[in-house]
Amino acid sequence: MTPLDAKRPLQLNHQGQLRHFLSLDGLPRELLTEILDTADSFLEVGARAVKKVPLLRGRTVCNVFFENSTRTRTTFELAAQRLSADVITLNVSTSSTSKGETLFDTLRNLEAMAADMFVVRHSDSGAAHFIAEHVSPEVAIINGGDGRHAHPTQGMLDMLTIRRHKGGFENLSVAIVGDILHSRVARSNMIALKALGCPDIRVIGPKTLLPVGVEQYGVKVYTDLNEGLKDVDVVIMLRLQRERMQGGLLPSEGEFYRLFGLTTARLAGAKPDAIVMHPGPINRGVEIESAVADGAQSVILNQVTYGIAVRMAVLSMAMSGQTAQRQFEQENAQ
Amino acid sequence: MKLSILGARVIDPASGLDTVTNLHLEAGKILAIGAAPAGFTPVQSIDASGLIAAPGLVDLNVALREPGYSRKGNIASETRAAAAGGVTSLCCPPRTKPVLDTSAVAELILDRAREAGHSKVFPIGALSKGLDGEQLAELVALRDAGCVAFSNGLKTFRNTRTLCRALEYAATFDLTVIFNSQDHDLAEGGLAHEGPTAAFLGLAGIPEAAETVALARDLLLVEQSGVRAHFSQLTSARGAAMIADAQARGLPVTADVALYQLILTDEALIDFSSLYHVQPPLRTRADRDGLRAAVKSGVIQAISSHHQPHERDAKLAPFAATEPGISSVELLLPLAMTLVEDGLLDLPTLLARLSSGPAAALRLPAGRLGAGAAADIVLFDPAASTVAGETWLSKGENCPFLGHCLPGAVRYTLVDGRISHSA
Repeated sequence: MTPLDAKRPLQLNHQGQLRHFLSLDGLPRELLTEILDTADSFLEVGARAVKKVPLLRGRTVCNVFFENSTRTRTTFELAAQRLSADVITLNVSTSSTSKGETLFDTLRNLEAMAADMFVVRHSDSGAAHFIAEHVSPEVAIINGGDGRHAHPTQGMLDMLTIRRHKGGFENLSVAIVGDILHSRVARSNMIALKALGCPDIRVIGPKTLLPVGVEQYGVKVYTDLNEGLKDVDVVIMLRLQRERMQGGLLPSEGEFYRLFGLTTARLAGAKPDAIVMHPGPINRGVEIESAVADGAQSVILNQVTYGIAVRMAVLSMAMSGQTAQRQFEQENAQ
Repeated sequence: MKLSILGARVIDPASGLDTVTNLHLEAGKILAIGAAPAGFTPVQSIDASGLIAAPGLVDLNVALREPGYSRKGNIASETRAAAAGGVTSLCCPPRTKPVLDTSAVAELILDRAREAGHSKVFPIGALSKGLDGEQLAELVALRDAGCVAFSNGLKTFRNTRTLCRALEYAATFDLTVIFNSQDHDLAEGGLAHEGPTAAFLGLAGIPEAAETVALARDLLLVEQSGVRAHFSQLTSARGAAMIADAQARGLPVTADVALYQLILTDEALIDFSSLYHVQPPLRTRADRDGLRAAVKSGVIQAISSHHQPHERDAKLAPFAATEPGISSVELLLPLAMTLVEDGLLDLPTLLARLSSGPAAALRLPAGRLGAGAAADIVLFDPAASTVAGETWLSKGENCPFLGHCLPGAVRYTLVDGRISHSA
């Protein structure tokens, strides 16, 4: 299919290194593996008494969140701080844009403050691409989630979680359950799993929550949870937003839980050592039973820890790729 | 002024004429084709050898943006751009500010267009006041002020009974109603064709059914009311097939398609470029192929630019926050010539879809070459090429074709025998 083949050189520099991190689409397996390996090495940093490395010393990382977030914002802040960067965080959703300032102007202003990197979350699909292409090509842009399109650092932290618990991807069955349609996490996970060689990717949900043509990601579609969970190694649950009850997507939270909620009994259909993941925040009793969320197979809190390491990896790699690109361009200009 | 065009290949799709000959113009009309009448002495002669002379193009939808949106374009700038694209007659949609729902607005547009003098303007009036879909506009007064048809654009009537009455009222006076059939609820919030590309990009989809459901309703209401109807801006193969069915059972409906729908597909969105953000949306290759076939067969008898100029800021935002539309009237002829170059249409058929076809759909006094007809003529060089954007006259630079080398180059556009554009 064409969309998956489309390459996005926008986020790579002349040597094929990251200079922005916008989407996992088009990134080669080697690069994804490099991110995971780098994150692994940063996990050791997090375990030390002094948790800092000087990779981004003197650099300014600006978290610009046009959409509310706690977990993602905090872990990005921590990641940047552990890399010794100066960090500022702006919740723009409540400030400039309500005064009529455009995304374009907001970012141009921040750029003028000499930020080296923006971590951006925005409710419009494609917002990070727009910024990297039109607003601040000199600044490394990290996508912290854009609309329904992509959440690449979440995708990579999910991959790190799987690799650390399962050792690899080659023989795995992975099920992604719930609201695939509105989920940027699901899209990033499907692309990453495919690129890393996972042979059996399943998506499970009612037709109202599955995007048209989801098969293009190389996944198998299930509308029955028990069938879809059979013998899987990994279950990735997605958050169900309350507003999905409107407009006929679902009749009620209760019916959704009855059909697609992950309970202990249902999880029994998966492999005995299957792990349960969730990007958070979880809705207990809506998509997941408390006993599962807090149970032995749950790795939901590990994901948060890994998230910091993955974000450190991505921030440091993109900063070095962007710096190399700028040097390359300067040398060529001379 | 007396003017002779010498040695052109004259193609008039309406009469089937296709031969190398001369055209003699006087007092804004075509006086003769072939030999000059006795005693005719032209003030000016154009050596048109190697050029094609065709009826000036007729574009059924060019947003002039005036009154109300002058930061996007104005009557002078956009009619000037149209002349450069070979257009001598154009219709402008009613979505102005104030809406074109009163004679005063129609008169203002016509006055300014006459003053600018670049191409003839035929306004399309609003079918309902303020395009609100609730109260009828004064259709007869608007007709008397010069409106050639009536439309509510993409703002559909929420109440089917009100729409039904609007059609019956229009039918009473033999007025033409233009439909942009798109179901409001199915399209609401949508940004792109609901398919793999939109799903991949995480853009909210507009399903094909948004067009076909509305089209089915509209066709049935047209049949019941007996109103003259034109369906504008078709996007789907299925929609074109529904028009073909309606025509086959004798319903006198006509249709047009946006030229860009015959060239682009939704795959163009893959880098989130807002230049490809249009409403109704670009659809699949199969849809494009279906539309092309319908143009070839004549089910779709008009190709229009659906020109929508925008200021730079309107496209400078994440995809969802940008305004839809492409500025392309200026390239109408060379862009359409790509269809001939790609072997999809022969030249006379293409010219028919750009002149006599649209003129007939809205009963405009345009689109043909013949003694006594208005001297609205385009002269173009089929062997030359146009680099899109090398010169640019429209105020809207929101054109994805800029920089492309297109086949054919407009040399002269004549309106009422007067040279409105030359290059």
